[in-house]
Amino acid sequence: MDWSDSPEQAAFRQQVKDFIQKELPERYRSGDESEELSGGWQADRKSDNAEARNSAIAWADSLAKKGWIAPAWPKEYGGAGLSTIEQFIYNQEMAEVAAPMPGGMGVSMLGPTLIVHGTDEQKAEHLPKILSGEVAWAQGYSEPGAGSDLASLQTRAVRDGDEYVINGQKIWTSGGHLADWLFALVRTDPEAPKHRGISFVMMDIKSQGLSLRPLINMGWKHHFNETFFEDVRIPVKNRIGEENRGWYVGMTLLDFERSGIAGAISYKRGQDQIKQFLDTAEGKAFKRVDANMVRLELADRAIETEVLFNFAFRIVSIQNRGMVPNYEASVNKMFGSEVHQRLARSETKLWGLYGNVWDPKSKYAPMGAQHVQDYVGSVPHTIFSGSSEIQRNVIATRGLGLPRG
Amino acid sequence: MDLGLSEQQELLKNAAREFLENECPEQHVRDMEEDDKGYSPVLWQQMAEQGWQGLLIPEEHGGAGFDFLDLSVLLEEFGRALVPGPFMSTVLGGAVPIMEIGSDAQKAEFLPKIASGDLIFTLALTEPSARFDESGVQAKATVSGNEVSFTGTKLFVPDANVADYMIVAGRSGKGVTLGIVATAQPGVKVTQLQTIARDKQCEVVLDGAKGQLLGAEGAGWAALQPVLQKYTVAECAYLVGLSQMDFEIAVDYAKERVQFGRPIGSFQAIQHKCADMVTDVDGSRFIMYKAAWAISSGQPAKDTSIAVNMAKAWCSEATRRVVAHGQQIHGGIGFTKDYKIQLFFRRQKRAELAFGDADFHRELVAQQLGL
Repeated sequence: MDWSDSPEQAAFRQQVKDFIQKELPERYRSGDESEELSGGWQADRKSDNAEARNSAIAWADSLAKKGWIAPAWPKEYGGAGLSTIEQFIYNQEMAEVAAPMPGGMGVSMLGPTLIVHGTDEQKAEHLPKILSGEVAWAQGYSEPGAGSDLASLQTRAVRDGDEYVINGQKIWTSGGHLADWLFALVRTDPEAPKHRGISFVMMDIKSQGLSLRPLINMGWKHHFNETFFEDVRIPVKNRIGEENRGWYVGMTLLDFERSGIAGAISYKRGQDQIKQFLDTAEGKAFKRVDANMVRLELADRAIETEVLFNFAFRIVSIQNRGMVPNYEASVNKMFGSEVHQRLARSETKLWGLYGNVWDPKSKYAPMGAQHVQDYVGSVPHTIFSGSSEIQRNVIATRGLGLPRG
Repeated sequence: MDLGLSEQQELLKNAAREFLENECPEQHVRDMEEDDKGYSPVLWQQMAEQGWQGLLIPEEHGGAGFDFLDLSVLLEEFGRALVPGPFMSTVLGGAVPIMEIGSDAQKAEFLPKIASGDLIFTLALTEPSARFDESGVQAKATVSGNEVSFTGTKLFVPDANVADYMIVAGRSGKGVTLGIVATAQPGVKVTQLQTIARDKQCEVVLDGAKGQLLGAEGAGWAALQPVLQKYTVAECAYLVGLSQMDFEIAVDYAKERVQFGRPIGSFQAIQHKCADMVTDVDGSRFIMYKAAWAISSGQPAKDTSIAVNMAKAWCSEATRRVVAHGQQIHGGIGFTKDYKIQLFFRRQKRAELAFGDADFHRELVAQQLGL
């Protein structure tokens, strides 16, 4: 057991640190994770503000030269072919400075699917545009009637010659309004058992008959969309893998590191920033006078964050030994999202009544109202990508071998 | 960076598990609850033959020269098997202080006999104030040359009923002072307490009890810190093994127990408890090993200190949640004396309280974080 870097790992870490020091544009150096900045690389790239646009392009260009837009992809497809431990160190260092990650869904989801199941023509058409940042991808999986039970999805694709005609609706289309293309799961055989009648398709998001409607979240932010399909026609060659095998195509995983280390790093940074703020006159003025209970709560949150770090290290240790994590990845997702919510609650509590103030620019907003915003913003974290309940089911059945209900 | 065991640690773990499954079965644990000594001298000698009492002791003093991380691997197995007896008192409360603080002569006198299983030690630290901080040490220490005598009451002293020697903490005009005190002398009176874990914690009344001075007069508290860190992490390691086994027993039971025509483990209400148990057990394991690694590899003092406090704060509460779920999953049968799960529930509390519970360590974490 060793929590420190080997000499090779330390050398690679230094390489990433040096790169960031040299190449990260000024705009992304505040360590501020607010949506206009790091979360908004995709928005920056299309911004009217020249500084935003140029920063986004410059950062993507620097990364692209190293193959670091898609560090986990094999070199032959324009990635860096990093080992899982190198990916982990790369992700750790990028998260330490909250650097924006331009790849998005194209790098994390669609690219690996194409690399494994795509035709040469599909790879040649789409992979370079993901790496250049020319095309941003959105995901069309969930439907109003298919959430945790995703395989019950009903959006229909009917074959008509060389085309599919698609009708139906998707929901929770993250960043769809900033995306150029959409990949989706659609039902091609309604008679087959539910997992065996699904196909994996790609389409231009500006296709005739496809429309997006903003789905404003409870934090008044536009992140999600509803996506409607009315006789949307796409070429059959936009299907990845065999017809009706889409469920399995969609399950494809490349050898990505799966630690989820960025969450732990972000929570730790947030706790460090609070301590710094509390040392200032402004921080002392905001801190509630009866803070001893919340003080001990925050100590618990720090301990839980340490546990979360170890869960992340465990995953990469498993992968680095050439094994595939089983229930451990579900533990990370469940525990991490639940720590996030408790942390946001404890941090908000620190400010007492000032925990009301939502406006980041208000003089009455401690630390830019980030904690109350996170208190709301963390609500879906125990829901998306497999709810905490689904994760516990997976841990119990797949991990512990308990019988399915 | 790697959170797996080394090859040597795997061997140690597997050997310990096999040995303890044979030599320390459930019946032995039960027998020792009602035994006046609380341990089996035969098993004690067998463990010495395995090299366990001397695992940490350098080879020059008859030990195996392993490091503290290796000992933590062994202690996880001790927790799993609920090994009764004075092993931790002797190793953490005796060998470690002598290794850390003792003179060359004291090392030569005591360490080989600890390694060979010929001596049992314990640490007499806490008093009726039940505090783990420096001000909890109020027993009077009087130093005369290399000798020291103690007067006062030490309480919750583990295994004093069978210990040959105690490391005693007292206070002289210069501050906390330590001594190595033989229990077989008129100035030492030992009375066993009946405890939740049916282990052998004692009241020890000292009335001019004489011994060798350990370390410098007045320097005892600082000298004890590395000892307390190791003992605290050792308790965490024991809790990890204990909670792992409790969890495994509960999951097995949930697979076998049928109600409403199906195994209760097929109900989500039970499944989700099991998922929370494995999360708490795994979380405990890695935060414990992180602290053990920090100690073993000599990380900076402030990093090691907070790692130890975080480990005990987390393990104390997480393993309590595990054993509570273990009871609930078992239903009524778990509440009976005959069924094994209660052995884990009761012992968890002892280790939770030892060297500070979560409240104690959480406060120290808050202080170190500058909160």
